Amino acid sequence: MQIEKKPLIVAFCCNWCSYAGADLAGTNRLNYPANVKIIRVPCSCRVNPLFILKAFQRGADGVIICGCHPGDCHYTTGNYYARRRITLLFSMLSYLGIEKNRVRLEWVSAAEGAKFAATMQSFAEEIAELGECKRLEDLRCKK
Amino acid sequence: MKIDMNKRDSVIRMTGINPRTCMKCGKCSATCPSFDEMEYHPHQFISLVEAGRVDELMASESLYNCLACMACLERCPRGVEPAKFVEAVRNLKLREHGGNHLAPEAIPEMLDADLPQQAIVSAFRKYSK
Amino acid sequence: MQRIGVFVCHCGTNIAGTVDVKTVAEMLGKEPGVVFSTDYQYMCSEAGQTLIQDAIKEHNLGGVVICSCSPRMHEQTFRKACAKAGLNPYMVEVANIREQCSWIHKDVAEGTEKAVILGRAAIAKVHLNAPLTAGESPVVKRALVIGGGIAGMQTALDIADAGFEVDIVEKNATIGGKMAQIDKTFPTLDCSACILTPKMVDCAQHEKINIYAYSEVEDVKGFVGNFSVAIRKKARYVDETKCTGCGICTEKCPVKNIPNEFNMGMDNRRSIYIPFAQAVPKIATIDPNTCNKLKTGKCGVCSKVCGAGAIDYTQKDEIIRREYGAIVVATGFNMIDMTKFDEFGYAQSKDVITSLEFERLTNAAGPTGGTLLRPSDGKHPHTIVFVQCCGSRSTTENGKPYCSKICCMYTAKHAMLTREKYPDTDVYVFYIDVRTPGKNFDEFYRRAVEQYGVHYVKGMVGKVAPRADGTLHVQASDLLAGEQLHIDADLVVLAGAIEPDKSARGLATKLTASMDTNDFFTEAHPKLRPVESPTAGVFLSGVCQGPKDIPETVAQAGAAASKVIGLLVKDKLTCNPCVAQSDELLCNGCSGCEHVCPYGAITYETKEFMQFDRSMKPRRVASVNPAVCQGCGACTVTCPSGAMDLKGFSNRQIMAEVDAICK
Repeated sequence: MQIEKKPLIVAFCCNWCSYAGADLAGTNRLNYPANVKIIRVPCSCRVNPLFILKAFQRGADGVIICGCHPGDCHYTTGNYYARRRITLLFSMLSYLGIEKNRVRLEWVSAAEGAKFAATMQSFAEEIAELGECKRLEDLRCKK
Repeated sequence: MKIDMNKRDSVIRMTGINPRTCMKCGKCSATCPSFDEMEYHPHQFISLVEAGRVDELMASESLYNCLACMACLERCPRGVEPAKFVEAVRNLKLREHGGNHLAPEAIPEMLDADLPQQAIVSAFRKYSK
Repeated sequence: MQRIGVFVCHCGTNIAGTVDVKTVAEMLGKEPGVVFSTDYQYMCSEAGQTLIQDAIKEHNLGGVVICSCSPRMHEQTFRKACAKAGLNPYMVEVANIREQCSWIHKDVAEGTEKAVILGRAAIAKVHLNAPLTAGESPVVKRALVIGGGIAGMQTALDIADAGFEVDIVEKNATIGGKMAQIDKTFPTLDCSACILTPKMVDCAQHEKINIYAYSEVEDVKGFVGNFSVAIRKKARYVDETKCTGCGICTEKCPVKNIPNEFNMGMDNRRSIYIPFAQAVPKIATIDPNTCNKLKTGKCGVCSKVCGAGAIDYTQKDEIIRREYGAIVVATGFNMIDMTKFDEFGYAQSKDVITSLEFERLTNAAGPTGGTLLRPSDGKHPHTIVFVQCCGSRSTTENGKPYCSKICCMYTAKHAMLTREKYPDTDVYVFYIDVRTPGKNFDEFYRRAVEQYGVHYVKGMVGKVAPRADGTLHVQASDLLAGEQLHIDADLVVLAGAIEPDKSARGLATKLTASMDTNDFFTEAHPKLRPVESPTAGVFLSGVCQGPKDIPETVAQAGAAASKVIGLLVKDKLTCNPCVAQSDELLCNGCSGCEHVCPYGAITYETKEFMQFDRSMKPRRVASVNPAVCQGCGACTVTCPSGAMDLKGFSNRQIMAEVDAICK
């Protein structure tokens, strides 16, 4: 039997809503899995789909992008761009043979600490079910 | 008061319009030229379909009192098009076995010289399905 | 490779409780490039900051990683502390091991492991950090207000009272806007002109306010603090410095049949006109489309009667370029075109009027001298039907999907005033919903119903048809009674939807300010920044942002003014250094970034580049204005050639973080 490795999840959170939402989850001591690691970006539109593919290449098992709710973007329209780009990425993923569920786009506002924790919990569970993502993993990146 | 959600769904499918877009302003009934003849007025068609009370509408003479002049459809500020709902309920009735109110062959006998041309055209539209 | 120092904070037991801080400091100390690593009770304390500053000096650190609370909490604190020690503040990264680690995990081993990984990601990022300097730009201490209605005037007065110069640009011949046309204001029923005209005079007399009436904004260049605006001063054919506003020309002009815009076309003015008695500036204006002299060269009556010799038929449009630090948009609204609604018969009968026309009919300075008379035959109307939501809340192409907000209240006002002045009239109001949120608003509406006996009918008017005898046949539904009503009305008043002024769309393009689908300007944040446009330095006042009544408009005008003052008191603006930057050598000139930029911060310019054969060749490349860029990064992802990158959140930095996390 293989030792069960905890799946690795990279979360890109926009600075204004979701990162603050993650902070609120912390302030309220709402537990979510430790294998979720957050990277702060100014806006969800800063997340290049290439970052997501590269994350898979480096061994991530799931990537979640969190932004402000539509219409609430600090930069007015950033999350709309993110939404379009991720939608396009989905078709790319199925072409590459990666389960679509491994990438998720969620809207979490600065007031939604509970939603952030619940989202991370459900996403982590979903990724745990899907198991490791070997498809794009590049061993050369692992050194 | 019988609620039949299947009938509601068929009416919605036939019209292609979500009755919830209605904001209940009553402009359709305000426009309706055969308001006084109708037991159920155009705005009530929307509300009753939405509530699933299609059977009551199907049993009503209002289906045939509607002139199909499409004024309500033209005037509705929300694009609900009540005339389409009347038409859809009528079709539902027609599709029931023996549900046809009139046979198309019976119409020529009922015509008289004073009848406006438009009425004949709408009669055919309504009864010759 | 940077020389990096790592500082792990205990935050009392907040972090140390679930994270083994000693181990974290020890583990991170082994990371490549880390030359110093320590832990401390409270890093944000005075002593903690001194510890960091000492370490920077002692170990000659080029980068600092602080493992502590959220960067949203103390990033600024640590940046300032490091700056004092001579380190560029943007060489500091914070690993969030409190909110995103210790507080959410209970297991010490788990928490420690995650803290180390988060620390590693921050170290990886710092390696790629570059010193950034926040740029500064000077602020021109003058504001421009576009639109001279109550919103624009109030904003201008508030800014001017704070001691800053303000220019008002108004496209009409006078300031005053829609409020000047209104008779009475709800819910207090005080006379609109009585409260408005003193403000107009204040604007004209204020030494800090300069009014460009009969002028339009031609183009806008620059950015927050440094706008350069070209204003087209349209030719009035009257010398402003000479005209005394005596009005003799407007009485003698032989062209008499021009519909008077101020009275909604219900009476006539001359070709040379002063919009109304209290106009500011009170200067005559020649309408070039109707003036005989300007059209055919034959007439010149006004010039002969003018004692001041102010008439100048040779006057030309004048372009004035002025610098501004802030721009306030107060372009206001108009009622939509009611002729498109056949069912209401607006085009068929003179006795079907809009609410604004009704205001003029009841106004003492209006075409009837304030007596309510039917426009068609000048008789007193006995049955009046008010129709609400004419075009509002309508998803059809002629209507507007939003609620115009003010109609419920002004219709109640019209109905109440009519019943008060003419108790023999029957007044019907057809409504879909009566919306009266506001101080003393619902009480006002109920008073119209209960004390003044206005018939409020829940339902809509379906048809208004003029009859041969001059009455109007109104067919409507009474939904509560389940009936269709047929009313013989003498006058029908339509509460038409309001829409943003047509000039707003073009102005938004000039300002690169965003608009919604209804052409209302969007605010920077719908709740927290309601008077600021997402474009820095552009502020919103009045109905140009969304339907508003007068009290709300005045409140918003004051809010916009306070934001402008807050900007203008600064001598210099510090820019956010984390802005986009284009690599000109990689840029292929596709304009993709220019299109996604919500701020208009990216412009294209043609530059000469050296080719392989040492010849110079011009090429179109993007350039980012760092004063305008807000650093969202939309352009970086759009750029197909990878020329665009965001300082502080560069592609390499984010990838380094991903690498560190995935290792």
